[in-house]
Amino acid sequence: QFSTGGSARPAIWVDTGIHSREWVTQATGIWTANKIAEEYGQDPSVTAILDSMDIFLEIVTNPDGFAYTHSSNRLWRKTRSLNAGSRCVGVDPNRNWDAGFGGAGSSSDPCSDTYHGPFPHSEREVKAIVDFIRGHGNVKSVISIHSYSQMLLFPYGYTVAPSPDHQEMNELAKKAVSDLAAVYGTKYTFGSIADTIYMAGGTTVDWAYDHGVKYSFTLELRDTGRHGFLLPSSQILPTATETWPALLDIMVHALEHPY
Amino acid sequence: DIKDVGHKYYLELELEDVLDKDSTVNCTAEVLYHLGNKNIAPDVQFTLEGELKSTEEADHVFYTRIRSLEKELVAENIPDSHGHVPPELEPLHLLAWVASGYLVWQNSTENTQLQLAQIKHVKQVKRSDEYLQFDYVVLLHEMVSQEIIPWEMTVLWHPRDGVQVTWNSRQPGHTSG
Repeated sequence: QFSTGGSARPAIWVDTGIHSREWVTQATGIWTANKIAEEYGQDPSVTAILDSMDIFLEIVTNPDGFAYTHSSNRLWRKTRSLNAGSRCVGVDPNRNWDAGFGGAGSSSDPCSDTYHGPFPHSEREVKAIVDFIRGHGNVKSVISIHSYSQMLLFPYGYTVAPSPDHQEMNELAKKAVSDLAAVYGTKYTFGSIADTIYMAGGTTVDWAYDHGVKYSFTLELRDTGRHGFLLPSSQILPTATETWPALLDIMVHALEHPY
Repeated sequence: DIKDVGHKYYLELELEDVLDKDSTVNCTAEVLYHLGNKNIAPDVQFTLEGELKSTEEADHVFYTRIRSLEKELVAENIPDSHGHVPPELEPLHLLAWVASGYLVWQNSTENTQLQLAQIKHVKQVKRSDEYLQFDYVVLLHEMVSQEIIPWEMTVLWHPRDGVQVTWNSRQPGHTSG
């Protein structure tokens, strides 16, 4: 939690590493944590944000999965929960949220990498965030960070119908992607999840949005497939550095557009 | 949309040399995905507008090096967990990439997006003829399902003839564990 005081201030939630194999995201989370702390009192935008809002950053959002990518299977995506009646392990934590749960783009097969789980929020990693955001009551933005594809996405994934705030989200995404590209020329596409990447029921940002968190975005970081999940560690700093202005754009927008 | 046949896509591509980002060649292509039977690979026609760089010297160096190895080459996890490839294994990595391209082509539909994720294992098999043979186990990542698909393939290569995938076999699930 990054806070300069107050109580129950409007807040921004950021998570990285919900899919354990997406290693550039946890690394970006650490860099971003340092950046936020460094820039308070230095950068006018960061200072303005933290003077009125809190930032919550969860870096290893899927710890069991992350441990497993180190010990056994570098390309593990899901949680490590045991599935009753199956030899297959784990639930896709980004299909386990109660928004379009069980819909297109998620699987009912425990052996699948998009298995949605036996019921919404069955995964403790997901339930913990649900309880936190509900309990907090004043979260204004959720940014969930993934890799790879180089995309900035917003609801919905569970339906092709545009969200009521589609226009505003689209404009903000356009700006954020432009500011990201200005750093090293990295090109991102943007749009709703269903339009831009694929249909996906039960995602983090769809749940957050449907529970009153308007500025809910998913980022897919570098690259576009050449290295994929095995992004060389030499690209961590450039990735985190270019992502920062995009994050800042979203946070500043949340600050300047209270609701 | 071609009635009773399938869906045709017209593409304009810019090909970038992996080893030299400033070297690009334009390309036009037509891809036809067949209706119905999903087991037929899409038809691909393409025209290169320009020439690809010659790799004769590097090919020769690699060929000679592998032919002169006393023990058959064996390697695992390319790239490693941190995305690194030891320089002497880079040609094997590039070879796998090209060969996987064949697997991707043969197994693509309009609803898949396949990429080579990692070489799990590669073993050189010495031959009495002039070809180099490498038996690979690669992991392909399918974006829409998010699955990691292990795939075995036998790859032959010679500087004169290029790459051939002479045998391949999709393996059962990677996520069972």
